[in-house]
Amino acid sequence: MTRPHDYSTAKEELQPIAPSKLVIENVSKSFRASSGTVLALDRVSLNVAEGEFVCLVGASGCGKSTLLSIIAGLEKPDSGTVFADGKRVSGPGRERLVMFQEPALFPWLNVLSNVLFGLNLKHNLSRKDRLDVARYYLELVGLTRFERANTHELSGGMKQRVALARALAPNPRVLLMDEPFAALDALTRDQLYGDLQKIWQARRKTIVFVTHNVREAACLGDRVLLFSPHPGRIQEEFVIDLPRPRDINRIDLAEYANRISTALKDIGRTERKPALV
Amino acid sequence: MKRFILAALFFGLMLLAWEWAYRAKLWSPVLLPAPGQVAVYLKEAAADGTLAHATIITMRRLLVGYLVGLIGGLPLGLLTARWNVARDTIGTMALGLQTLPSVCWVPLALLWFGQSEAAMLFVVVMGTLWSVVIATETGVRNVPPIYRRAAMTMGSKGLHMWLKVVLPASLPFIVSGMKQGWAFAWRSLMAAEIFVTILTGFGLGQLLHYGRELSAMEQVIGIMLIIVVIGLLVDKIFFSPVETFLHRRWGTSNA
Repeated sequence: MTRPHDYSTAKEELQPIAPSKLVIENVSKSFRASSGTVLALDRVSLNVAEGEFVCLVGASGCGKSTLLSIIAGLEKPDSGTVFADGKRVSGPGRERLVMFQEPALFPWLNVLSNVLFGLNLKHNLSRKDRLDVARYYLELVGLTRFERANTHELSGGMKQRVALARALAPNPRVLLMDEPFAALDALTRDQLYGDLQKIWQARRKTIVFVTHNVREAACLGDRVLLFSPHPGRIQEEFVIDLPRPRDINRIDLAEYANRISTALKDIGRTERKPALV
Repeated sequence: MKRFILAALFFGLMLLAWEWAYRAKLWSPVLLPAPGQVAVYLKEAAADGTLAHATIITMRRLLVGYLVGLIGGLPLGLLTARWNVARDTIGTMALGLQTLPSVCWVPLALLWFGQSEAAMLFVVVMGTLWSVVIATETGVRNVPPIYRRAAMTMGSKGLHMWLKVVLPASLPFIVSGMKQGWAFAWRSLMAAEIFVTILTGFGLGQLLHYGRELSAMEQVIGIMLIIVVIGLLVDKIFFSPVETFLHRRWGTSNA
């Protein structure tokens, strides 16, 4: 078989690639609910620099996950545009991979095949190179020993690690993370904060990370954007100026978390509550 | 091993009870032959080739009909899962026809196709097809949307999405539909063979039928045993391993 001219080797595939710049312009999105139309996002604009780690924080239903889906191309905005590296996002694409709150691993595949799923869609790699790349990422998340395991045999934390490896393997420019650690226990989470920061520094990705945990946001983000609900808007921006890797239990991190938390509570107070029946 | 011994003990006791019922003359020997007599019939039928011949003919009809049912049922199931129009039309028809006991197809098959292999095939296909359609549709509709979303972000779409995500994700449903389809095909073929005498070959059902005509109870019981054993074997050789694999992979049972 002749090699296509854009053929690449595992070594080339594993080179860090330039992370994307995201530009979100005036994005609005509404949903029809039983109680009427809900404006989930109201003319939200946001720039994310190449290789930046941005956290979106807010109460449930403030539209932060919707924004993430729109950046991913899984949902279309009613108006407004998302640009990734100057190109308009019109659908999902593997330059922008998503990690969900559920691991969403495929139960019919073992751990290694799950990580290979995205790689198999890259036709410029040989089978052996795909395997090398998949094993590299399994090692990165510390699961080399489990490559033959079935997904249900893994703990919640291990599953999310596999999901992370699967999302990293096709070497996306952007990683979109939708509360990926929300369902995990605190100990596993703390460990993953360290791992994710290490991987982010090593692999240079632009990361948009949705969470409702302010401490998590302060620990991970270069910037934390606070969303207000009904309609979803960006209320406030916090720049987290702390050296990395950051430990979730640092004192100065707690100060940032407190400030964000206070701002979050203020939104809760000023927001008109629906009358209780 | 212990389970095997227990099972052997159970079936040994059943045989003993049968032998005892025969010796105690609970029923007339014409109605209940001894286990030994049945064994003798089976031995003779095996020796002169009747049994092998009938089994091969029956299995060939079954296999062909079953495969046609599967090949037709899978795409129809995918179609009904994919398009609501197909669901309202083909899906509703499948649901209705699935409730029809497959023996009910026999009179129609006879009038349409006469006493021919085509009539046999038709009855088996009708028994298989609809349950496969329904199982496939249910399977596809039950694929958690998150799998598709995850696959979509990784660049999967179109045929790749169907072959690598939707089909494997619905596999547990499809396999249980295939199993049900197999059971229906088996039942409908036996009904057809008992009702329809055709000259292109005598199957197990026909041997059963002539056993009755000749009042040869040892033949009737012997053939019934063969039918039971074939059903068991197919289950153990084909379906059980697949189901065990699915359970292991999906983690749906510790069996």
